[in-house]
Amino acid sequence: MAYSEKVIDHYQNPKNVGTLDKSSKNVGTGLVGAPECGDVMRLQIEVNSETGMITDAKFKTFGCGSAIASSSLATEWLKGKSVDEALKIDNMTIVEELNLPPVKIHCSVLAEDAIKAAINDYREKNGMEKIKFEESVIH
Amino acid sequence: MLQLPIYLDNNATTPMDPRVLEAMTPYFLQNFGNAASRNHPFGWAAEEAVDYSREQVARLIGADPKEIIFTSGATEADNLGIKGVFEMYASKGNHIITATTEHKAVLDTCKHIEKIGGEVTYLNVQPDGLINLVELEAAIKPTTILISIMYANNEIGTVMPIKEISAIARKHGVLVFTDATQAVGKIPVDVNKDGIDLMAFTAHKMYGPKGVGALYVRRKNPRVKVTAQMDGGGHERGMRSGTLNVPGIVGFGKACELCMLEMETDSKRISVLRDKLESALLTLEEAYVNGSREHRLPHVANISFKHVEGEGLLMGFNKNIALSSGSACTSASLEPSYVLKALGLGDDLAHSSLRFGLSRFTTEEEIDYTIKAISDTVLKLREMSPLWEMYKEGIDLNSIQWAAH
Repeated sequence: MAYSEKVIDHYQNPKNVGTLDKSSKNVGTGLVGAPECGDVMRLQIEVNSETGMITDAKFKTFGCGSAIASSSLATEWLKGKSVDEALKIDNMTIVEELNLPPVKIHCSVLAEDAIKAAINDYREKNGMEKIKFEESVIH
Repeated sequence: MLQLPIYLDNNATTPMDPRVLEAMTPYFLQNFGNAASRNHPFGWAAEEAVDYSREQVARLIGADPKEIIFTSGATEADNLGIKGVFEMYASKGNHIITATTEHKAVLDTCKHIEKIGGEVTYLNVQPDGLINLVELEAAIKPTTILISIMYANNEIGTVMPIKEISAIARKHGVLVFTDATQAVGKIPVDVNKDGIDLMAFTAHKMYGPKGVGALYVRRKNPRVKVTAQMDGGGHERGMRSGTLNVPGIVGFGKACELCMLEMETDSKRISVLRDKLESALLTLEEAYVNGSREHRLPHVANISFKHVEGEGLLMGFNKNIALSSGSACTSASLEPSYVLKALGLGDDLAHSSLRFGLSRFTTEEEIDYTIKAISDTVLKLREMSPLWEMYKEGIDLNSIQWAAH
């Protein structure tokens, strides 16, 4: 299978690999996927509680090149966005940006799920109600 | 000088030896005749070449030339051997014994047999990839007509105890078929010493051309027969109709002759390189060899690198090194390797595996380059792996409630 140049670039030079302090109140952590399925993504956001802006984002991913690229791209997009804007990131925009083939769409779904999970973790920590999301279609 | 890309996927197919191509060339051009044309020099030349090749092929496996049926490859030979016996011996019984780690060409043929009224027992393998001989014997029933166990596994290189298997089969009057695709030309295979009744193998895994293989069918003690699976001109003693692929067969013969001459020196050299590769990669933390290391082909290694996903790993170097992985993402089915799962490996380790297949043409420089490229990529991806981080923090990954998807 040939990868798109953008996937290769994110794989070779992943953006924002790392770990934020998950015990911090300002940090939301999303851990999605399963080792049995061959991909696990952990995506973290750091939020300025006064402005509601995402000031930092980090990821670690166990998975194929497309999964790594999807999460790397997601962290790039998250930084500088408000939490509300971040909720609007849709997996299909990741698919388009990275030119993912149909068999790799689940990687983008996983990245979207990771964003939502991180946001909910942040909301929960800060006394806000968790947002109920519809079940992802492609899994 | 190191030339990239490096080819280490020799269980999929081998490059052709230039000496094989040289032997084949005249049979595309001057000697293009049909080996079944009995009335003119073109046909005679083709027939003579086929006869010679049949001897070369037979000699490599200790058979009589009359026991070699040329086919289009090992898949066809597997089909002909298993379905052919099932039909021919229908009056004796309908039960076949095989194992879960067989190649799809055998497993899917057995599934077909089940659909047409046969009964198949699929033996599980032990964690080292070998079948349990006690279980094998216990599975034999009065209706058992065939035991089909591969000589050596294509993913992990495990070599089955064929002699012991055939001894059990003989005791119960059951025929032994073996898919020896990965073994012939790599390790000594002798149909008489090994007690094999039928055997499938192919040229393109032993430095020969694609599109040609053979089914060995024993002619005495006992005399074995198979029902043809293709109707036509009655070639190959009526067992396999179809104009013979003369250049392919010539190449197959030459490849067998070269293996006969060079197998011993080749395998000694290759196993030293394989061991170097394996021991270097095992210095990485949490790296495991899959399958028996004792009963194994000399040129194969299958290694799992825990907490790193196979396809992601391949991507780190697959422009320069050709390898395959048991990861689901590299297969059409999106399931991790059923062979590795049959060894009892968890899906996570099955997803994390790489299969190395060395060849006659593999050099030490290539192995050194591969060791470095893989080690670097494993370390890099582990830095990126949340599972590795958790493992390092002492978190039991099984204690986490994963959202399976």
